[in-house]
Amino acid sequence: MSPPRNAAVSGRRPYMRSMNGWWRRDPFFVRYMIREATALIVAAYALVLLAGTLCLSQGEAAWNSWLAAMRSPLSVALHVLMLVAMIYHAYSWFEIMPKTMPAMFVGGKRVAAVTIKPWLVQMLEVALARRMCCSRACRVRVKPGLPSASSVRPTNRPGMWCT
Amino acid sequence: MAEAEKTIEIEVLRYRPEQDATPVLQSYRVPFTDDMSVLQALQYIKDHLDGTLSFRWSCRMAICGSCGMMIDGKPKLSCKTFLREYHLARLRVEALAHFPIERDLVAGVDDFIVKLESIKPYLIPKEPRRLEQGEYLQTPHQLEQYEQFSSCINCMLCYAACPQYGLDSKFTGPGVLALLHRYNADSRDGGREQRMELVNAEEGVWSCTAVGYCSEVCPKAVDPANAVNQNKVNSARDYFLRFLRPRGTSK
Repeated sequence: MSPPRNAAVSGRRPYMRSMNGWWRRDPFFVRYMIREATALIVAAYALVLLAGTLCLSQGEAAWNSWLAAMRSPLSVALHVLMLVAMIYHAYSWFEIMPKTMPAMFVGGKRVAAVTIKPWLVQMLEVALARRMCCSRACRVRVKPGLPSASSVRPTNRPGMWCT
Repeated sequence: MAEAEKTIEIEVLRYRPEQDATPVLQSYRVPFTDDMSVLQALQYIKDHLDGTLSFRWSCRMAICGSCGMMIDGKPKLSCKTFLREYHLARLRVEALAHFPIERDLVAGVDDFIVKLESIKPYLIPKEPRRLEQGEYLQTPHQLEQYEQFSSCINCMLCYAACPQYGLDSKFTGPGVLALLHRYNADSRDGGREQRMELVNAEEGVWSCTAVGYCSEVCPKAVDPANAVNQNKVNSARDYFLRFLRPRGTSK
């Protein structure tokens, strides 16, 4: 901030307050800082996976030792913590996403930001649900021309126990 | 006989440059009714308790944008905030955060005004029209592209909510960038090239880290965070299009 013009004449002496500890002043800023901090955990997990890839390239022994390290209780506990951090990180971006999008129009009407957010959350849920469902299928036969001949085995559905 | 008069304690962060080295808190006890705004309480203090208290106000109905201040740490219009929300608790008022305190609750806004002028906050007609050619027409769809951003009343609450502006006041800031977008998104306007220079600058949209609090505190639902972040896309597009358009005017 430049000093005010003719400060000597006007007696102006603007006081600038400190920004120390600014992020603790409002719960909103605390949530923002958690979003930023959890990005580091996302990066850390990328390094864990990168280490696994390197071990894989070094042969079976290295790969098995990496797998063993991943199975240790400490590693499992860390994974749970990292999962929680990542879920929060993803959620926080879904929160802010309507603010980053251009105006959406459906049928000539503007869609409000409050409507966009549930859509995005639903997209995420569908993406995750499909991934979980398909990963259980042992054999998939797809016949677009004859849907009744298409099959997924075993015929598990989300929510059913796998036998 | 009326019941005992209800009162509330109001702490004001005072700063009188001729006598205070740093701001100091001063407490006042103010009688209150359910329909009293914080601004009315300050007016009561000035009229009955302490005439030296300084604060800005004008319309008393959330349209002039003068009476913004920190009320219990949150940027709010004092005319639109009611004492009943704080009854039985103490209430603290302070000049808008991230701006220098000029005196008491009066924040120095020179920086904001300079930035506001810099974005050319007026229509620069795309094609000059003579009177006999009639008005500039616009469809409802074209109006919706910018209408929300035209509701800004320059109250600067979004600046008091923006930590990036507080940490580095070179940032053009949410409110001014929202107004810039209001004119750029107007189908009648042709000043986009002139304004994109400010958008593309380091102090333009790229100083924003999507905190999003500016949109939370906006009393007019302008959503400045949306304007700023849409312009990150516009700025990136501008950058890459330069390579495809050798005669591009962006500098």
